[in-house]
Amino acid sequence: MEFEANVEVQLKEGIADPQGSTIENATPKLGFNGIENVRVGKSIRFTITAEDEATAKETIQELCEKFLTNPVIENAIIHLQGAE
Amino acid sequence: MNPTIGVIVFPGSNCEQDALEAMTSLGASCKLLWHNSPDLGDVDGVIIPGGFAHGDYLRPGAIARFSPAMESVISFARSGRPVLGICNGFQILTEAGLLPGALQKNRGLKFLCKPVELNVQTTNSVLTSEAIKGDSLTIPINHFEGNYTCNDETLKELHAEDRILLTYKNNPNGSIGDIAGICNAQRNVVGLMPHPERACHPLLGSTDGQQLLRSFIESSRL
Repeated sequence: MEFEANVEVQLKEGIADPQGSTIENATPKLGFNGIENVRVGKSIRFTITAEDEATAKETIQELCEKFLTNPVIENAIIHLQGAE
Repeated sequence: MNPTIGVIVFPGSNCEQDALEAMTSLGASCKLLWHNSPDLGDVDGVIIPGGFAHGDYLRPGAIARFSPAMESVISFARSGRPVLGICNGFQILTEAGLLPGALQKNRGLKFLCKPVELNVQTTNSVLTSEAIKGDSLTIPINHFEGNYTCNDETLKELHAEDRILLTYKNNPNGSIGDIAGICNAQRNVVGLMPHPERACHPLLGSTDGQQLLRSFIESSRL
């Protein structure tokens, strides 16, 4: 089965995010108020062929631990859906 | 006999010739080693130079750590022999798990390229054995992701085990504890963001890098 995966890579809580703070500092200067807690991450999208959803998820989890994230500073949220 | 230092070259490395030139001028034999071969030859020490290995795609060092040469570098390091990562090389060593922590984007998001003042915190490492504790060294930095970070537990360990080798006098990048360079628990794997190979000739404005590279050469001789 083919699945569409979207891995959201985020900085762990407590890890300083220089991009997030720069964006946050810019918002009031541009007239946008009330914007706080800006955190920047990345989204990695791909398709994966696997026997079933559980297997696909397991493979992606391992991929995240070994390659897509640096576990020292980053977390991953995996979104998976069956492709048509 | 002078020790032979291998300098690993990845696609996107750009400081390998500087490292080779500096190490040769200090009396070491030096050779460049292409990342795609696991054969390090008969080297006594390994340098992972600065640059942008594999374009820094995904994260600096994330792809480079899987190069065939890195497996050999990991065994080489585990056998207790000296390994030095400079700038991108430091990032690669953290990604490869040979050094703890990670290097984040600089605080303020500026690419920094300037000489900085460093304090020598310990002489107990393959990079600082010929330096003098408490001395101030002027060595250039040249990075966007040099903001060293680690969890509290690791930071405590680094302090307790005297593994912080060099600190910034005026922290340029937000690095935790002003850390510019660290070593592993065995003290044979070292990583630093500043470029000692660019501070080895009076024409370059400083020769303070020589004592660090000379330390590495002497440690490779053992």
